Formats: sequence, structure tokens, C-alpha cells
Amino acid sequence: MNGFQAPKIEYFTVSPILIVLGVAVLGVLIEAFVPRARRYVVQVVLAMAGLIAAIVTSVMVFSRLNPGSDSPKGGSIVAEGALAVDGPALFCWLLLLVLALLAVMLFAERRLEGGVTSFAGQAAALPGTEAERQASTQGLEHTEVFPLMMFAVSGMLMFPAANDMLTMFVALEVLSLPLYLLCGLARRRRLLSQEAAMKYFLLGAFSSGFFVYGIALVYGYAGSMGFAQIAEAVSGQTGSDGLLLGGIALMAVGLLFKIGAVPFHSWTPDVYQGAPTAVTAFMAASTKVAAFGALLRLFYVAFGANRNEWLPMMWIVAILTMVVGSVLALTQTDVKRLLAYSSIAHAGFILTGFLGIRSLAEVPGGSLTGVSGVLFYLTTYALTTMAAFALVTVVRDSAGETTALARWQGLGKESPLVAGTFAFLLLAMAGIPLTSGFTGKWAVFAAAQSAGAWPVVIVAVLASAVAAYFYVKVIVLMFFSEPVGEGPSVTSPSILTGSVIVIGTAATLVLGVVPGALIDLLGRVGVFIR
Amino acid sequence: MSPTPFVVLSAILFTIGAVGVLTRRNAIVVFMCVELMLNASNLALITFARANGNLEGQIAAFFVMVVAAAEVVVGLAIIMTIFRTRRSASVDDASLLKY
Repeated sequence: MNGFQAPKIEYFTVSPILIVLGVAVLGVLIEAFVPRARRYVVQVVLAMAGLIAAIVTSVMVFSRLNPGSDSPKGGSIVAEGALAVDGPALFCWLLLLVLALLAVMLFAERRLEGGVTSFAGQAAALPGTEAERQASTQGLEHTEVFPLMMFAVSGMLMFPAANDMLTMFVALEVLSLPLYLLCGLARRRRLLSQEAAMKYFLLGAFSSGFFVYGIALVYGYAGSMGFAQIAEAVSGQTGSDGLLLGGIALMAVGLLFKIGAVPFHSWTPDVYQGAPTAVTAFMAASTKVAAFGALLRLFYVAFGANRNEWLPMMWIVAILTMVVGSVLALTQTDVKRLLAYSSIAHAGFILTGFLGIRSLAEVPGGSLTGVSGVLFYLTTYALTTMAAFALVTVVRDSAGETTALARWQGLGKESPLVAGTFAFLLLAMAGIPLTSGFTGKWAVFAAAQSAGAWPVVIVAVLASAVAAYFYVKVIVLMFFSEPVGEGPSVTSPSILTGSVIVIGTAATLVLGVVPGALIDLLGRVGVFIR
Repeated sequence: MSPTPFVVLSAILFTIGAVGVLTRRNAIVVFMCVELMLNASNLALITFARANGNLEGQIAAFFVMVVAAAEVVVGLAIIMTIFRTRRSASVDDASLLKY
């Protein structure tokens, strides 16, 4: 033996992840050492500063690696092959960090609840007891939500960059575990919130069990955890192998659960409805980005060679997801559940882009690949949905947010601005031209169509029509119905929530009117390194 | 020695765990079934590590154990909160969110 060889870590390239993890750990220390009165300010400032620093370093890494250029590599594999920092990974990082910054603003909102955050004052105090009333009169709040969120963000950053199955599994858990806890921390309607946390946790743990067993089977087939070695083993195969196909199917279960695809969607409406709305916004936007990034890398890089064997399965999943999501959304009576079903339908549309897999040689110059289309759709959908959930938090009555659709009747008369913005975001989700939803849908459908998945595209167009119906139904309800009873009221939020709504809406408009720059960028960075 | 019996055993354990998650009502038992699934995966990982002649599978088994321990911390906290609120850990009782 010639001694211990220290692993080589490219600290600069992975610094965004390290900064976010460092901020999370510092946040835990702040909980221990900073007096209660000052924790909120310290935590919010630290989280925001950390995220901005991570965004800056990501941009620096991007310009150093320059994945869009014609350089032979266009990215680099770092940390002894554990992470691949390439175009799609860096794009996901930037998008995730921006979304996390917006989510911190939503988490930090205090004006809507009258001076406290919308998280439980003391999660250990039982609902409806003296202890809970005391916590509420003393104005206690859980500032632990900020470090929990930062841990989740660090997992999300690792997820789309993971270049072996073990890193991917650890990232999956690091992003999931804090989210399970965050779901159970609502200040109001705590029974619903706790139930959402339990459902999310049990089903999430169940799906990660499948994911690990899938890892074991693929490892048994390929003899290695690394995606490059798996790809080698997969392309060298003759005939199909039960171990490999079983492994692919089980790993797909784990990832499709995270993106909320049918038939693994049943947690989505319950969790989106029960979780605090700020957490729902964070989860709906960021988890989808991270999980789709990981799904693309796993299936394109590791299993790309035998795509003819798993593509039929993904076709069926995509079709089911769009149809079930759109049809079930028709019957919803709660805004958060409606947005949850719409997010299922959107997962189906994004999966349509995922079906646009082609080998590089087949792609004519200048056309959108599956990766670029999916990343573009994720950008548009994540920013729109973040703004939509932020708007849900400002429509309130004395018992907190009013999420029942019946109470939203006549919102257009009460507050034309809020109702108008929400209507615009719904139109964007429906895919009306001049909004980002239209360009996003066009990008994924074009990618899928050029790869020969036209039956799925036809179903997707039909499902979009069904989806447009229920979005328009909500708009009609807001503008052309008389308010019931005292009607909904709009509480004016602080600058934090306000700027999330403004940024999300502006992005929806800008990406709809002038999407060219982003599409050009994605056309250049949308290539995985192997 | 052939790895097949070990893989078959791990598949049986995994199936028992998965069926348990779907049929049991107590959240703690459901959670134990999930842990059984993870441990079945560990057995498979170690078997394949032996069969492939490298250590990656054994390392992965260690990580799965650590993750399972972290999951216990989070999971039991959530289940305990539910139990204290509702005086019941049955997954059927928690049914306010539906349709």
C-alpha cells in the first residue's frame, strides 16, 4: 500500500453547493446562540446573502467552464466523478437559486399574519391548547424554517448535477427530508398541515425505497454506480436484461414520484393544500426543477442507449399525467388543490418534452433538443407558479387564507389588481400566446414532435384545451360572479411578497413576448457531458 | 458461491416491506415496512458488490443506513406530532384532505 490518497475536490466549481450548505449549518448555529428577538433578522439576511453569493459564484463557474462554447468538454466532472457540472446542471443551479431567493422572501413575510411569519409559533405545542395560545400571544415563531429550506436547496442543487447513483440518492434525501418537516409547520389549520406532512413523508419514504432498490439492481447489472460506466454497460448489451429493466423501472418510480407524475401523483393535491402556502410555492417550483434535471440526466446519460425499451413506458406515463391532471382539476373547489392538479398536468407537459430524446447526430442545427425544451418550460412554469401561490397568500379573511374557490367569487370587484394578475398567471398556465406558458408549451411540443412522439403531442394539445377550460372558469368566477356574503378581502402584503409577485409576473410576460434570448442560451447549454 | 439466493432473499424482503406499507394501518408499522425495504436494498447492494468484485455497493449500503437513520428522526417526529394531536397513529384517521 502506498498510503492514503486524498480525494481531489474542485472547490471552486462546487462552491455554490458548499455556500448554501454552509449557510444552512450557520443557520443551525444561529438558532443555538443568537437571542430569540434577533434571530429572524439574522436568519433572513444570512439566507439571502448566501443565496446571492451562490448565484454570483454560479455565474463565475458558468463563465469559467463556458458550456455553450465549442470547447471539447463544455463542462467538467468534479469531486472524483460524483458531480457533473455542465450546461444543464449550471442552468438548473441558477434557476433553483433564484427560485430559492424568491421563496426566502415568501417565508420571511410577516405583515400578512400581523407581525409574525406564517409558520407555527411553536410546532411542539398541540393545536387548540393553552400552550399554543401562549406561543401565539408571545409572538413566537420558528426561524428554523430558513436553515431547513437551505438544506433542501443544497440537496436540490446536487440532484440535477449528480453523476452517480449514490450521489443522486443522497441528494434526493437531502432535498426531501427538510421539505417533509416544512410541510407540517403551518400556523393556521395545523391539523391539515400535519396530515400533509405525514402523507408526504410516508409516501416519499416509500418511493425512495423503490429508488434504492432500483439502484441496487442497476448496480448489479452494470457493476458500477457511475453514469458513464452504466452507459457503457447499457450500450454494450445484447438483448434485454431483467436486472437492468427492473432497475430502470424502480428508479423511475422514485423520480416520477418527486415530479408528481401519474400514477405517483396522489400526494400532490393533499400536500399542496395542507402545507403552508409559502412552502407550497417553494416545493411546486423548485422540486420540479431539481427532479426533472435529475430525470433528464439519469435517463439521457446513463440509460440513453436503450431508450427504445423505456420510452414506451414514459409515453404512457406522460399521457396519463396530462389527462388525469387536467380532468381532475375540473372538479376542484379549492384554489391550492386546483393549482396542485394543474401542476400535475404541467408535469405531463414537461414529460412530453422529455420524450424528445434523440442522439446528438440526429439533431439538425438550431432546433430545440428535449433538454432545452424541458429546461425552458421549467423556467416559465416555476416562475409563474411561484407568483400564483404568492397571490394566494394575500387573499384572506379573519381565519387566514381563503382558499375555497367559492369565496373568490367577485374578487375582481374587490381588488381588480390582484384578480387581474391572477387571471394573467392562469392564462399563462393555460398557454395563451404572449405569455411564457405559450412559448414553453411550443418548446416542449416541438422537441417531442421532432423525435417522433406525435401521438403524445396530440394528447398534450387536447389536454391543454381541457386545462384552459378550468383556468378560464376561475377567471369567470373572479370577474363575472357576484361576491357571496362579505366576499373575499385582499390584505396588502409587505414588499417581500409583493416583489415575488411582481418578479414572477414580469418574468411570465417577458418570456412570453421576447423568449429568444433564453431559447438561444438553452440551445447552447442544453448538452450533457458524459 | 452463487449470489442468486441472496438476491432472491432481498427481493422477498422488499416485497414483504412494500406489501406491508400498502396494507398496514399504523403509521409506525408502515414506516417500519419502509425501513425493511431499505434494508432489503442493502442486502442486494452488498450481494452485488461481492458478485461484481468492487466496493461501491458496500459503500452505498453505508450511505443508505445513514439516510435511513436521518429518515427515522424526521419520520418519528412527524408521526409523534400527529399522535399527540389526534391520539391515534392510524393512517386511515388522518383524512381531512381529500378529493
